Amino acid sequence: MIEARFNVDYAAFSLNVDLQLPGRGVSALFGDSGSGKTTCLRCVAGLERASSGYLRVNGELWQDSATGVFLPVHQRALGYVFQEASLFAHLSVRRNLTFGFKRIGAAAQRVQMAHAVELLGIEHLLDRMPDHLSGGERQRVGIARALLTSPKLLLMDEPLAALDYKRKQEILPYLERLHDELDIPVLYVSHAPDEVGRLADHMVLLEDGRARASGPVGELLSRLDLPMAQGDDAGVVVQAHVCGYDANYHLLSLGFAGSTLRFQVAHTPLAEGKAMRFKVQARDVSLALEKPLHSSILNVLPVTVVAEVAAENSAHVLVQLDMQGTPLLARITRFSRDQLELKIGQALWAQVKSVAVLA
Amino acid sequence: MTLTLSRLIVALSASFALSSVFADEVQVAVAANFTAPIQALAADFEKDTGHKLVASYGATGQFYSQIKNGAPFEVFLAADDATPAKLEREGETVPGSRFTYAIGALALWSAKDGYVDSNGEVLKKNAFNHLAIANPKAAPYGLAATQVLEKLGLTDALKPKLVEGQSITQALQFVSTGNAELGFVALSQVYKDGKVTSGSAWLVPADLHEPIKQDAVILNKGKDSAAAKALVDYLRGDKAAAVIKSFGYQL
Amino acid sequence: MSLTGADFAAIWLTLQLATVTTVLLLIIGTPIAWWLARTRSRLKGPVAAVVALPLVLPPTVIGFYLLITLGPNGVIGQLTQSLGLGILPFSFAGLVVGSVFYSMPFVVQPIQTAFEAIGDRPLEVAATLRASPLDTFFSVALPLARPGFLTASILGFAHTIGEFGVVLMIGGNIPDKTRVVSVQIFDHVEAMEYAQAHWLSGGMLVFSFAILLLLQAKGRKAVVR
Repeated sequence: MIEARFNVDYAAFSLNVDLQLPGRGVSALFGDSGSGKTTCLRCVAGLERASSGYLRVNGELWQDSATGVFLPVHQRALGYVFQEASLFAHLSVRRNLTFGFKRIGAAAQRVQMAHAVELLGIEHLLDRMPDHLSGGERQRVGIARALLTSPKLLLMDEPLAALDYKRKQEILPYLERLHDELDIPVLYVSHAPDEVGRLADHMVLLEDGRARASGPVGELLSRLDLPMAQGDDAGVVVQAHVCGYDANYHLLSLGFAGSTLRFQVAHTPLAEGKAMRFKVQARDVSLALEKPLHSSILNVLPVTVVAEVAAENSAHVLVQLDMQGTPLLARITRFSRDQLELKIGQALWAQVKSVAVLA
Repeated sequence: MTLTLSRLIVALSASFALSSVFADEVQVAVAANFTAPIQALAADFEKDTGHKLVASYGATGQFYSQIKNGAPFEVFLAADDATPAKLEREGETVPGSRFTYAIGALALWSAKDGYVDSNGEVLKKNAFNHLAIANPKAAPYGLAATQVLEKLGLTDALKPKLVEGQSITQALQFVSTGNAELGFVALSQVYKDGKVTSGSAWLVPADLHEPIKQDAVILNKGKDSAAAKALVDYLRGDKAAAVIKSFGYQL
Repeated sequence: MSLTGADFAAIWLTLQLATVTTVLLLIIGTPIAWWLARTRSRLKGPVAAVVALPLVLPPTVIGFYLLITLGPNGVIGQLTQSLGLGILPFSFAGLVVGSVFYSMPFVVQPIQTAFEAIGDRPLEVAATLRASPLDTFFSVALPLARPGFLTASILGFAHTIGEFGVVLMIGGNIPDKTRVVSVQIFDHVEAMEYAQAHWLSGGMLVFSFAILLLLQAKGRKAVVR
């Protein structure tokens, strides 16, 4: 477990957080710019000196202002990936990578050079200088460099923010591999719900220097009282596994925990039993009182109405549904809601027009 | 408006011109050793003739270079006779205006009371670290100092301890700040009315060095200056002679 | 060539002085430059002003105060005497002290600028990669500031070569110890030895020009990279 409490007071901004985060997997610090997420991350790293702070990482005490404990940055077993890679301009890629690696002592070198290089796909870049790399390549080197310190905690500050769409899509698979192959807990700062949905297990929503909500990603994204539900791309992320594949019609069959329901998605084949996530956007979900037969929509599932809230525009409402234990969000017009006479607890059929498989 | 302004300018210029007819300034290059005496003479000179004396102090060799390159001096009071003679040969002076205005005397001086005995034995004892003189290549008093050491047979013994000031003034500076325990300075720098003004000194006998004949001359730039002529006449007069002698010079 | 043994001695002495001064300034000036680049203390302004003083003070002022302070009645003079070192004026060591003051801003400022240009980020990165502050200084800050060090060395060296006013005030014109080229030229002029004055001055002119050309070329190379 990661326990972090920080109090920071600048002239125009203050941070006041008390977080309990899982000691494994990826935890996202999510919020708008100015919400304090980078400041919070820097406090965890020790780069910002909080006026009062407490930090315990999987049993190790790194900071406690009450007893005067403050491990300086270079003595914390962490890796930090900055927003703009920040490779050392005077060193080649290889020497950037070994910078931290050779400073941790042979006994601590759990992550090896060959492994990190292969994980991030940078073998062909080793002898280049940083100014001869593209933005995406630089970022991958930065991630590998941080990994090579065999950290007990990996901190990533919006690592994809400075990249264009193509580069982002190029790197995301590497980040997902990190998540799957390495057992290092990650604190991931982002303002992009897509990245969070794709990579994080746990998320903290920060607003104006305070933690407004903290919990599993699936749960927070589906909460109607949080701003994510009001976004244009609001939706749920479901942790699922591959149940089968129809080779004739190229349809992937996905199941999720605690349910017998199945989602069908047009997709390339994936190995049976493989764990992955998929996203269902609220605007792709429509509701019907009776089970629609003879429809081109692939996924029709029985759901129960849990809650409802007005959307920011006056024409729509957001409805939170329960799908055998997994939440689902639907955005329908107020008109339709009145027509259907929607009530809490009502049993309905949800039609899901489109499902996005997140690797 | 402009008419009033131009009238004002004319009036001012006229008053300047008028004042210059009746009371001139004379630009004088003065060898450093004569600094104190010329300052004493300047006030009397102005009172008696109405002319103002504007003096620049420095090393004789330096003044030579400056004069050759067009410096605006009208009268030159050198520390030797060779330099004014050279200028005369090279046509930089008013012919016939050269004369000896003083004969210099050397003193071995220390800022510390009782350090220098009245016979200069302290030199032979050689118990000091630094002996200051003026640069012999540029200052006649420095040259005279080396002649004294040669005459006393102390050149080799004291050569490693010599420090050179660029002028006799800087030599004095080295000694007065204590950086050199003692040094050869112009007597006029430390002597007035028969007494050494501070510290301790040996009045070096004139037979230990070539006489330091100090010549004055009117330069080409002062050819038509009434004030320049007045200064030269004044320096030859009895009043000036008394002042000059009071600083230890011979005449 | 009408240069005498004394002239060559002056040249050799000048080169020695410039080298020793530059090396000393690099050693002393680097920590000062680092502190000035990184500190947020209220002392930064005053310290920077003191370092920059020789840029605006006439060398004779520096030389004058050095003459007093290093002399037997001054603070430092009394210290050196109590340590059995005698006094510093009229010695090579005294010239080094004077030159260090006189050329300090020419060495400290380029290094300081180079350190400032690095910014915080590379140093933070190094810390997250387990480098202690001292380690970070040597493995990241110094290499990144290398162009500044080169400029500082060249400027410090060239500036000391040309030093005159300070040397004049505290040197005493002693052959092989304090008679540097600039004073030698001055002496030649005063003694009307114009040929030698021309040779030495011309030499210094060519040397300074070559130095500046070198600086220009270095600067351009850095941009092209």
